[in-house]
Amino acid sequence: MEKQYTIPIGPVHVGLKEPITAWLDLEGEKIVGATVRPGAIHRGIEFMARERNPIQVIYLAERICGICSFSHITAFVRAVEDAAGIPVPPRGQYIRALTLELERLHSHMLWAGVACYSIGFDSAFNLGMVLREKVMDVLEVLSGNRVNYGVGTIGGVRWDITPKVAAAVREMVKYYRAEFYPFYEIVTEDPIAHARMRHVGTLSYEDALRYGAVGPTARASGVRCDLRHSSPYEAYADFDVTPIVPQDYYGKAYGDVFDRFLVRVHEVYQSLDIVDKIMDGLPEGDIVWEKNATKVLLALKKAEGTGWSAIEAPRGDDSHVVHLAAGDENVTWWKVRAPTYANAVSWPVMFRENELADAPLIINSIDPCISCMERILTTDVGRGDQRLLTRKELLKMSREKTRRLMGK
Amino acid sequence: MMGLILRLVAGAALMLLVFVLALLFDGADRVVNARLQRRIGPPILQPFIDQLKLLGKENIVPRRAVVWAFNGAPWVSAASMLLFFLYIPMGSLPPVLGGHGDMILILYLLSLSGVAMAVGGFASGNPIANVGAQREMILMMSYEFPLAVVMATMAWIAYKTGMPGHPFSLETFVAMPVWSVVGKVGLLGIACLFLAFLLVVPGETGKGPMDIPEAKTEILDGLIIEYSGRNLALFKITFALRALAVSALMVTLFLPWSLGRPLGLSGALLFILDFLWFWVKVFLTQIVVITVMRTAFGRLKIWQASEFYLVKVAGLSIAGMILASLDMLL
Repeated sequence: MEKQYTIPIGPVHVGLKEPITAWLDLEGEKIVGATVRPGAIHRGIEFMARERNPIQVIYLAERICGICSFSHITAFVRAVEDAAGIPVPPRGQYIRALTLELERLHSHMLWAGVACYSIGFDSAFNLGMVLREKVMDVLEVLSGNRVNYGVGTIGGVRWDITPKVAAAVREMVKYYRAEFYPFYEIVTEDPIAHARMRHVGTLSYEDALRYGAVGPTARASGVRCDLRHSSPYEAYADFDVTPIVPQDYYGKAYGDVFDRFLVRVHEVYQSLDIVDKIMDGLPEGDIVWEKNATKVLLALKKAEGTGWSAIEAPRGDDSHVVHLAAGDENVTWWKVRAPTYANAVSWPVMFRENELADAPLIINSIDPCISCMERILTTDVGRGDQRLLTRKELLKMSREKTRRLMGK
Repeated sequence: MMGLILRLVAGAALMLLVFVLALLFDGADRVVNARLQRRIGPPILQPFIDQLKLLGKENIVPRRAVVWAFNGAPWVSAASMLLFFLYIPMGSLPPVLGGHGDMILILYLLSLSGVAMAVGGFASGNPIANVGAQREMILMMSYEFPLAVVMATMAWIAYKTGMPGHPFSLETFVAMPVWSVVGKVGLLGIACLFLAFLLVVPGETGKGPMDIPEAKTEILDGLIIEYSGRNLALFKITFALRALAVSALMVTLFLPWSLGRPLGLSGALLFILDFLWFWVKVFLTQIVVITVMRTAFGRLKIWQASEFYLVKVAGLSIAGMILASLDMLL
């Protein structure tokens, strides 16, 4: 029996993009137990939203995440539109879908680069970063921004696709069809990348269902789930998006990091196809329900009800729920459930039977967005004790807190 | 007495030279690596700037460290790597300490600096450095076997074919390229040995797919995690020197061709030209074997690296040994 010792990965670690700690119990290099401790980056965005009207909250929602910023605002504005019954013109829907796909492209390229970096393959990391620049440039042509684009608004979008933007998008698709293939080849045919990612961080089909994994993580385990397919929103109903699962390409889904890589690489190609279809079928007309923000705010002030929306963000299902009260300008309450929250639960399962060398790769393999995930923080500093909260207790505390904040 | 002083002066000059060259080649390695990755890369003198910066920094010793081992390890590893060059013939110049040491001593010096690094890791009292040091030891045990087979076979070839000079002396291999003394089967055998040695180089230098003990994204630079200031500067020099040393060893054993002799030069001109030619060959070897390899591949896991060396590379070196023996015995 080897001596066990504990090593922390994080909270700040070269291999991780955001602060989170995984305490690993090791026997030699083998992981025998893992405890994941989030809680380093909660910002209380929902609380801030309560003092802002829905249009102001868009810019807050955009800052939940630096990578999937547009996914969050799309989910948010869709929830508000749902609550207030605001329709979106078809051209607006198409532009939203286009921006969502552009965002998926750069998110997946960033992820592929970071995964290569985690296994010490710096060349592929740098290549991924170079490739990603192109889609960032297209987003800049569209919106003037590279990270938080400010494209979406309630009832539509703020920026139209001009001929200049259309040309940039077409050129980008051509560029990626030619340039992304070598990257795909390097990574899938590289013996060392294969040795490092195959049978690492395995999440079986059953476990993926049991722990409620979403997005590419679930699809890599062979679960056919994609909200663009099962519950199309915006313009996706026009394109027939099929979920990408490894068994369709390679006969079997292992559910390991390699499969997650494959799923994301194929999704880049899928996104390119969708972008092409969007550009082909772009309808004419308005891009927004009402251009005048004051009128929109007036309509929202009159609205009463709870709106709900779930979309397929690059990392999985992103759900927002918003409540608007009649006569109140501000958002009454707002709940965010980011995909990482669902995927992070699977971490301890993935860590099983793996090695210390795999740990950062496994953490990165679900494409974690810790600042998306951390929507609650309880502290025991005031009480001075430590205890584990059960789900029931947590639910009760959350409800009490929400009621208190709502002044009931 | 005169000879001793001469050797001391030559040795000191040589150490200064390899110190500068190692850092210069390290800078070139970083630039080439960057260019291959479509980056611009640092200025070629960046390693010197890093050294100066590190020398000006505080030297922090962790509270739980074994102080003498922690501080001594960088000195031992750097010194043994500097000593290494006193036994390497450079071009047509005999080594400074020629006749006082042979191939086996050189292998010991290489291992000594590796062991010293591991000791420094263990002594720092950090669990992550501990993991790094364990990995260093495992990696060393894995690549030493094929390396020993390669070296022994080379000596065996030198002995059997009656190459002039002592079979374990490096000068023997410089005076007469080993490729020229064997038949066709033997050439194949030496090619196997050459390839095996080439694959050992990343492990020996801790670069490329074998940068496992210092894996940045896994264990945060592993065994040097606690080092700072002067100690870290010494370790950086050691890494640069190791890359230079193994490349120089490879050139000496397998690529010893002189440039001056075919041109019909003699005297001082021959020595100077061959000396420069030697460092050109070392530089090219380092770029091809270390820089390109580390750019082209990701990092293996420690058990995969161990298996790679103990099964694949060892098999290759033994095949080389058998082929070379067949050639000489038949």
